[in-house]
Amino acid sequence: MLKIKNKFNTERDISGCGLCGIINAKKVKTNGSDIKKAISVEHDRGNGLGGGFAVYGNYPDYADLYAFHIMYDNLSAKTDVEEYLRNNFIVEKEESIPTFKTSKIYDHPYLHRYFIKPKSDRQDKLFHELEDDDFVVNSVMLINQNYDGAYVFSSGKNMGAFKGVGYPEDVADFYRLEEIEGYMWAAHNRFPTNTPGWWGGAHPFTLLDWSIVHNGEISSYGINKRYLEMYKYNLALRTDTEVITYILDLLIRKHKIPIRLALTVLASPFYQKIDKMENDKKKLFTALRQVYGSALLNGPFAIVFGYSGGMVAMNDRIKLRPLVAASNGDFTYVASEEAAIRAVCQSPDMIWSPKAGEPVMVEFDDIKEKTSLKGGLLSL
Amino acid sequence: MTKSSFSNIQSEYLAVIDHNKCVRCKRCIQNCGWGTYSFGGDKILADHSKCAACGRCYTYCPEGAISIIKNPTVIRENANWQEPLVKNIWRQSETGGIVISGMGTTFKYKKYFDHILLDACQVTNPSIDPLREPMELRTYLGKKPSKLDLDFDEKGEPVLKTKMPPQIELQTPFVFGAMSYGSISLNAQKAMALAARALGIVMNTGEGGLHDDLVPFGKNIIVQVASGRFGVHRDYLNSGVAVEIKIGQGAKPGIGGHLPGEKIGIDISRTRMIPVGTDAISPAPHHDIYSIEDLRQLIYAIKEATEYEKPVSVKVAAVHNIAAIVSGIVRAGADIVYIDGYSGGTGAAPTVIRDHVGIPIELALAQVDERLREEGIRNEASIIAAGSIRSSADAVKAIALGADAVAIGTAALIVMGCHVCGKCNTGNCSWGITTQRPELVRRLDPEVYGERLYNLISAWSHEIQEVLGAMGVNSIESLRGSRERLRGIELTDAELKALGIKHAGL
Repeated sequence: MLKIKNKFNTERDISGCGLCGIINAKKVKTNGSDIKKAISVEHDRGNGLGGGFAVYGNYPDYADLYAFHIMYDNLSAKTDVEEYLRNNFIVEKEESIPTFKTSKIYDHPYLHRYFIKPKSDRQDKLFHELEDDDFVVNSVMLINQNYDGAYVFSSGKNMGAFKGVGYPEDVADFYRLEEIEGYMWAAHNRFPTNTPGWWGGAHPFTLLDWSIVHNGEISSYGINKRYLEMYKYNLALRTDTEVITYILDLLIRKHKIPIRLALTVLASPFYQKIDKMENDKKKLFTALRQVYGSALLNGPFAIVFGYSGGMVAMNDRIKLRPLVAASNGDFTYVASEEAAIRAVCQSPDMIWSPKAGEPVMVEFDDIKEKTSLKGGLLSL
Repeated sequence: MTKSSFSNIQSEYLAVIDHNKCVRCKRCIQNCGWGTYSFGGDKILADHSKCAACGRCYTYCPEGAISIIKNPTVIRENANWQEPLVKNIWRQSETGGIVISGMGTTFKYKKYFDHILLDACQVTNPSIDPLREPMELRTYLGKKPSKLDLDFDEKGEPVLKTKMPPQIELQTPFVFGAMSYGSISLNAQKAMALAARALGIVMNTGEGGLHDDLVPFGKNIIVQVASGRFGVHRDYLNSGVAVEIKIGQGAKPGIGGHLPGEKIGIDISRTRMIPVGTDAISPAPHHDIYSIEDLRQLIYAIKEATEYEKPVSVKVAAVHNIAAIVSGIVRAGADIVYIDGYSGGTGAAPTVIRDHVGIPIELALAQVDERLREEGIRNEASIIAAGSIRSSADAVKAIALGADAVAIGTAALIVMGCHVCGKCNTGNCSWGITTQRPELVRRLDPEVYGERLYNLISAWSHEIQEVLGAMGVNSIESLRGSRERLRGIELTDAELKALGIKHAGL
């Protein structure tokens, strides 16, 4: 039986991992061979029980539509989910996600994708005035929770997640990523310790156009989860990655906190640092900790977080997991190991190890121009 | 009816003096607040019936000549008719009165803290060494907005737009529980005030007003408004960092208080603003609070009087329907809710109430935290848990169950020498804690015991840091409400459900 949902008797999934990210600030596209090459160097950071990729800019023809990637355990689940989709969304196009049998990945769920947008007269309008994004989030949670045998693993615009059980280089071959082009890539190699063979549990975890790959174990998971539940998030997957994604969703999308500042909630500066800040800044950071203390991600992590505006890579507040970054022209690379970067970019302009809690942020040039007036960088 | 000339009640303890060791220095006579000892011309005599086993005499006997032993004379053992029950029947048949006790219940109810185990990191996530890495215990008590609004300055830097409600800053998640001047001595309060200031935490005046000597400690004091309204005036409300409305107390839910007139000397009379020698009676309910909407009025009356600059706390006893009650209190505008479990202490309470009313703080806390989260209002108020926090382990478990901070009362008194004899109501405390007799109060040196209180809370704080480090987190807010780090042992499904934790092994 393929496990696309977490049926294991655990409160949550725990795993160690390797990760990589590549972004071109000018949105020059590359195919998936570089990211595959980079993550394959980190082969030993995984154990063959989960690999995955996120790519941005891969659906330019459907850039205005939500691209749903759904995995099905059986076809009756597909029928049920499609009925829900047809009732609530305009489905512009649907097709099987092209996959290619390899000797390494022979047992997989049925993978299908839909390019859709919410109907303006959908039924729930009788009860709510939800924005399209909120409705999509609700739909993703509804399907993942209530439709047995179905799991939405990608739901953003002009981006997609491709993941499965196997080593990432095999997953890349399975989806034949060298035929896909994008201007931002993230990859993940998973080392689960208690939930083997679970397709849904592979990274990246995505919500709308956000994707997260993550190496770590959030020691504060218990309270992070309960905090999110207070805001009606349904933590069906029980993974750290899911928690991180929802916290970012809450802070950035719902509470309109600038990304840079939201990251300081995830890996908040210590009070000994806050106390030394000048007055306004001290007030702001103290308030952030007072209000969002339950969203602090405590324990080891390195994450690569992609969104329509760019990419962020960061560590926990005392850097308990590895993370290296490099820049070369318009390209920025991040990875768990320097060797992964060197494999695809032998002599970068600059290579460094980001400090604990200090995010590496790359915004696309076109976004930067638009937002240069607002939400500037906060030097910590 | 003629009065019988003898009592059935035998002394509980025997004060046994080794006359070979005794040098007849008479320190025991001086030290005993109960009048147990007297000098018989050539040797010390002991009236066992007066001994409370408070431990003062043998602690201060220079020769180690005193032993306090349980009276070996038995009342015939009977698991049903236990000794305390039989004795209370005799006592009440002799007096016709209500049996009164001090401190928390002595009953052996299940202590849930002792059935909860903590988690630690192994391999998949690293533990953190508190000796090498920062380990944050700072805690803010008060209402938190559910989200922050920001503005941006001309440089595009975010600035805080939300006006933060007032907060109490604690350097470690402990507060001293409410113990009034009257129920305890001024020196005992001073010891706590000194310690609170040194630790960066707060003490609580209780319902006895604020003595002039404590006014300079305002930044480390919560002032209380209870049903007797003793010592309450505008300056009093504004003299601390927060105001607490006391509705109930864990040791005596639904019961008021009574400080007998003989304890109301000139100082207490001034502080409580009542005539010397009058009984200070705190009614069972506040006579202006007969429902939740009345509580709201008092909360806002206090907020008006303090210009919305102080958080308002509401203290309640843990009773059966506590979750719904606290939800109501939060919606009524409280910034802090102080929940006192059934094993919390008291200066005096009817024994029947102390031993039989209320529920354990662990269960109350778990239910309250869960309920407030379900209702999406957990951020609206901080929770202080109390009711016999006996160790840093209890504190850690309480915080993981959902408390923002814990209050300690009895433990603080034990620091000052209290042996938990449970006779606070008599006013004879040999340690100078629960007494107003000047010769007894004088022996409690606030500086000495202030330092010991500082030591205890520092030690417990270090222990919490060790536990946090073992759990792989470096900030107390990552433990708060994180029940996933708790497991139950020897608990039934119903108990686990009430606590919101899993059984060990799962």
